[in-house]
Amino acid sequence: MSDQTLFSIFFSAMIVNNFTLAMFLGLCPFMGVSARVETALRMGLANIFVLVLTSLSAWVLNTYILGEAPYLRIISFIIVVASLVQIVEMVVKKIAPVLFRQLGIFLPLMTTNCAIFGLAIFQTNRGYDFLQGIVFAIGAGLGLTLALVLMASIRESSELSDIPAIAKGTGLTLIIAGSLSLAFMGFAGVL
Amino acid sequence: MTDRVETDKLTITPPAPDAAPEQEPAEAKVSTFRLVATLAVAGILAGILIALVNQHTHPIIETYRAEQLRKAVYEVLPGIARYDTYYLIDGALRPALPQGAKESDYKRAYFGYDEGEELKGVALSRGESGFQDIVLVIFGFDPAAGTLSGMKVLESKETPGLGDKIFKDQAFVDQFFAGPRLPLLGVKAGAGKGEPNEIDTITGATISSKVVISIINHAVEEWTPVLEQGVPEEAKP
Amino acid sequence: MVRKTTPPQDLIRGIWKENPVLVQMLGLCPALAVTNTVKNALAMSAATFFVICCSSVLVSSCKSFIPKEVRISSYILVIATFVTLADMMLQAYAPVQHKELGAFIALIVVNCMILGRQEAFSARNTVFRSLLDAVGTGIGFTIALIMMGGFREILGTGSFLDIPLFGPGFEPWVVMVLPAGGFLTLGFILLAMGYAEQRRKAGESA
Repeated sequence: MSDQTLFSIFFSAMIVNNFTLAMFLGLCPFMGVSARVETALRMGLANIFVLVLTSLSAWVLNTYILGEAPYLRIISFIIVVASLVQIVEMVVKKIAPVLFRQLGIFLPLMTTNCAIFGLAIFQTNRGYDFLQGIVFAIGAGLGLTLALVLMASIRESSELSDIPAIAKGTGLTLIIAGSLSLAFMGFAGVL
Repeated sequence: MTDRVETDKLTITPPAPDAAPEQEPAEAKVSTFRLVATLAVAGILAGILIALVNQHTHPIIETYRAEQLRKAVYEVLPGIARYDTYYLIDGALRPALPQGAKESDYKRAYFGYDEGEELKGVALSRGESGFQDIVLVIFGFDPAAGTLSGMKVLESKETPGLGDKIFKDQAFVDQFFAGPRLPLLGVKAGAGKGEPNEIDTITGATISSKVVISIINHAVEEWTPVLEQGVPEEAKP
Repeated sequence: MVRKTTPPQDLIRGIWKENPVLVQMLGLCPALAVTNTVKNALAMSAATFFVICCSSVLVSSCKSFIPKEVRISSYILVIATFVTLADMMLQAYAPVQHKELGAFIALIVVNCMILGRQEAFSARNTVFRSLLDAVGTGIGFTIALIMMGGFREILGTGSFLDIPLFGPGFEPWVVMVLPAGGFLTLGFILLAMGYAEQRRKAGESA
């Protein structure tokens, strides 16, 4: 169990050490997110859901199964993540087919989303217990959503601006990301 | 993720809206048994391979870890000849863990003894959130005299060039080896009154400096009631 | 289109033309996270190189045994195994580097680049050519990471591989070794590449 308070874990994952802008997790959706705030929001929420489930599973695995064989951690985590994503995909398809179509390829891509797997690993390395893990997942997910929404809204506005051809696309996205990351650094030390 | 095959240009087939990777139901499917068996065999082989390598690397890793810890304890408790490890179990010090318990679940204190078997000091480690991420510090102190004997930053991801001065700036680190009184008080360099418990913080890295101080103060506060109980009788050599 | 490449091409294309990081934009998480120093970049490249070569060889050798339906899961299992091995060996033989890279070694597992090569190449080519492909991709990855690492370390700390390059008067751009610097560096590299491409195209059509 870590000595950190629940609030500091949450706030740190969401703002101070923003999961995407400071810890570099969740970059695939971040780079590829469309310039539509709504889609970004939806993707972020789907991520939060999967993150919380991952945190739970990781905690269960760590507590009951991996104590004897810590070296099987990576394999078991990735199997769990892949299965979870598969299950979420099926559930979303059944419950909200419209959302399913909108998310398209991003849902199965969550299997290789660094954020999901990264959350499980970080949670383990920092020794979070059950509640701390959940709070961490929610904070991380909200942080990811925040980054996605910010990026989408900036790109939304920039689509109408005059951008030099060489910068269009990923180059610009990265520079925007850099600026966002710098901005978020302002929160450092708040805790 | 299928390979793109060049379609005959004469055939007009509208592209499928979402190329959902559905299984073709009519064709002969590979038996479920074969699918599961493949994965199971692969999983078992993988497990064996990993276990084998682990047997080889585990001792090396543990030796290194123990060595790092040993060095750190000797560094923050200067002048000791040996040390004993005690675990905090249910609010009391115990020399050994209960059967089958995981070491990382329990907090530890290291009691350092000099050549004459006199208790010179206790070393504790603790981590708290710094400016960037968690800072892990081990320090040694004399519970009876209430003074600090040394400090070492074990883990830190503080800002390079600024926060990382907490272990790179020798002047800052040396303060912790000069026997300041506990609890420590962080003051801006030059603004202190010369009290024996003052530590000058690093300009530009106030937060990182203060975290080190807070870690030490909090740990001492947490452990003082336990340490006052003294070392358990059954453990004395 | 059915690809008819020659073995040398398999090796070379991953290095620059289809560079996994700079062109295909895969494997961004490690490229940004561990390139704050060249040493870290090298360690991560070495680990990733090991994983991708072993995985490609193994996947290619077993491709006839892996049913289509479970292929992705099998690739992931293979990759995860080698990542675990790399993690253990790094922890035993280079503990300092292991601490610096931290969780990102484990994150090699979700590096889209490795999985992508299995799916696109190793699963349908011979072991030898898969190995060439993996080596090429690995080298490309290494080059990209060293470029980023070099940029960030030289500007951010004034040293290269811990060797100070400038005198004590050099005021380092600390931002470069911070997360923001990672984004900015890669962004500027891409811009530079785009510019070079633009000039090349203009030169060709002139």
